[in-house]
Amino acid sequence: MLAAIFSLGGIGLTAAVALGFAAKKFAVEVDPRELAILEVLPSVNCGACGYPGCAGFAKALVAGKAEANQCPPGGMEVAARVANILGVEVVFKEPEIAAVMCQGDNTTASNRYRYLGLTDCIAAQKLAGGPKICPAGCLGLGTCVRACPFDAIEITAEGLAVINRGKCTGCRKCVAVCPRQVIHMVPLKTSVHVLCNSHDKGAVVRKYCQIGCLGCHICLKTVPDAYRVENFLARVNYEDADEAKAAVAKCPTHCIRDFVDGYPVGSSFEPAVVPVKSDAA
Amino acid sequence: MRQLTFAGGIHPPDNKEWSADKPIEACPLPAEFVVPLSQHIGAPATPCVAAGDSVARGQIIGEAHGFVSVPVHAPTSGEVVVVEPRPHPSGALLPAVVIRADGEDRWGDFPKPEPLSGLEPEDIVEQIRLAGVVGMGGATFPAHVKLSPPAEKPIDTVILNGVECEPYLTADHRLMLEEADRLLDGVGVLQKIFPDARVVIGIEANKPDAIAHLQQRCADSSVEVVPLEVKYPQGAEKQLIKAVTGREVPSGGLPMDIGVVVQNVGTVAAIADAVLRNLPLTERVCTVTGSAITEAKNLRIRIGIPLSHLVDVCGGLTAEPGKIILGGPMMGAAQVGLDVPTTRGTSGLLLLTETDLALRETEPCIRCARCVQACPANLLPTTIAAYGRLDRLDEAEQYRALDCIECGCCSYSCPAAIPLVQTIRYAKAAILARKRSG
Repeated sequence: MLAAIFSLGGIGLTAAVALGFAAKKFAVEVDPRELAILEVLPSVNCGACGYPGCAGFAKALVAGKAEANQCPPGGMEVAARVANILGVEVVFKEPEIAAVMCQGDNTTASNRYRYLGLTDCIAAQKLAGGPKICPAGCLGLGTCVRACPFDAIEITAEGLAVINRGKCTGCRKCVAVCPRQVIHMVPLKTSVHVLCNSHDKGAVVRKYCQIGCLGCHICLKTVPDAYRVENFLARVNYEDADEAKAAVAKCPTHCIRDFVDGYPVGSSFEPAVVPVKSDAA
Repeated sequence: MRQLTFAGGIHPPDNKEWSADKPIEACPLPAEFVVPLSQHIGAPATPCVAAGDSVARGQIIGEAHGFVSVPVHAPTSGEVVVVEPRPHPSGALLPAVVIRADGEDRWGDFPKPEPLSGLEPEDIVEQIRLAGVVGMGGATFPAHVKLSPPAEKPIDTVILNGVECEPYLTADHRLMLEEADRLLDGVGVLQKIFPDARVVIGIEANKPDAIAHLQQRCADSSVEVVPLEVKYPQGAEKQLIKAVTGREVPSGGLPMDIGVVVQNVGTVAAIADAVLRNLPLTERVCTVTGSAITEAKNLRIRIGIPLSHLVDVCGGLTAEPGKIILGGPMMGAAQVGLDVPTTRGTSGLLLLTETDLALRETEPCIRCARCVQACPANLLPTTIAAYGRLDRLDEAEQYRALDCIECGCCSYSCPAAIPLVQTIRYAKAAILARKRSG
């Protein structure tokens, strides 16, 4: 009994001394600023900054290789606190979020063939360019949903990806995986977008999609400053988008949507009034 | 005699009775040909004609680019209408030369072929390259690449692939029966390139007439005709080598690494035309079959004929096709419509009605291991597919995803209708893309 106590206790004591010595002798010096920054960062390790996780970003910040405003999920709030820790000026960066530039689900956009394979857009895209006739429309097989670290994307029952503006942090992971480049980064402060991605001529678009942009210029005529039409596809001029809403009701195919009014048909998301934090910081 | 074979594989109903007894017919020429410039594995050809040019049959209309590439030839005489992207069997729009036939079907002027005895192996291989000969079983790998192994890899066995293990297809079967002369001419050419090699013609035992015919024709030569067990994928290159020689192609290796060259019988016939008659590859034998076609036929088709023309030649459709497949049902490529043209790899056009298709919803894997038993490459398809679905490419690669031959045995045997081949192909493409980007 006693022998056991003494021998185990002895081993414990020796190990404690050795470990204590090693901890002092081989201690890794961490810049206290790095730890402070890590406290401030969102800790989702999404990689949107371009560094391996939040710790990697903190290290790069301290080393002066990264800018304080490079964390999209944190936004300007985190950027200001990081800049405070590092004692640098914070440079304002317009916050952006992701938007699926397509509303063509299975009820509105036609398919060329029946797809029964792997539920993945990249795999479907490899089969003759995907089932959807539209070369740029959402395939709705959820590759972006699986890539999103913030659970901000859903696929509607009719097969359309929709991004929740309240949950999206702008990490761009979905933008990177989408094989058809349907997801674009848009300024957070603008809620009106042309939800179409097809550069085909109007007559061609009409054949495969009821809700696609025809390039008819009606939006441009309604609010000349707020829109531009490039290659048969209208886009909102985000620098000058204050009046863009006026064209929403005029669009013949209803491909312009104001997210304040609601998400595309079939989405379960409640239209969240996104706090406009752009000018505050 | 015990029939040679490999481990694994499946026994799908072969459905060859539709067209097995139909002699090869010449397909009437359509008014317009669409000749894709990408008809082989490797770099696509670059067009060397423009709209308005008049071309003769066999004239080069696309130049080869690099070693693993072959030129493309005009399938008939006529006028080039346009060179533009057109629907391609791959599903994409790819550059093609559109030719309006003038009805004369006039051959270009080719020099008289030199006698085989006066040719060096390098000249023969160059002639085969210039004639645009590719693997005509469907893989369309340029034939001259297989026929020019480096000196440190001596070839001791040449296998002619007359297996035709894909269900429905009978093009190679008819070719062996009706055109044994061309085939054996081609064997002579191969023997000139590989003088010391053993030559074996492998034929699946469900074609006894072809086996008997070729055995009789080869009775007084050194060419062996070997019956093989009826099992899919008996005609896959690596499985055929295993059955005939007992050797295994190493993982990531090529047949030439173990001293073997395999050529499809259609390819060998085309080699004979290229070398002995100096005619480039402009036609092939193709089986048009399936329950949605009025009359199944074996046709001698030109390259670049729209599929809709083949359907017309065979009496039209009996019903709206539920699936259009170029090639066989196991490894062929489903098509979106009939507006794509035939290519050098078009061994068959299969039109199935909706009722033929066993479409089912995918269910969870029950780990029954039928795919494992069926896999002729000795892989674990369900495991690789599971890793592929999760994008865990390191593990997928460790389980030898890249050794998958995409034969479809696993998907065929899966009781849960899991798209195993598609998932493994997805993983393979992702692994290769990652390797390329470093």
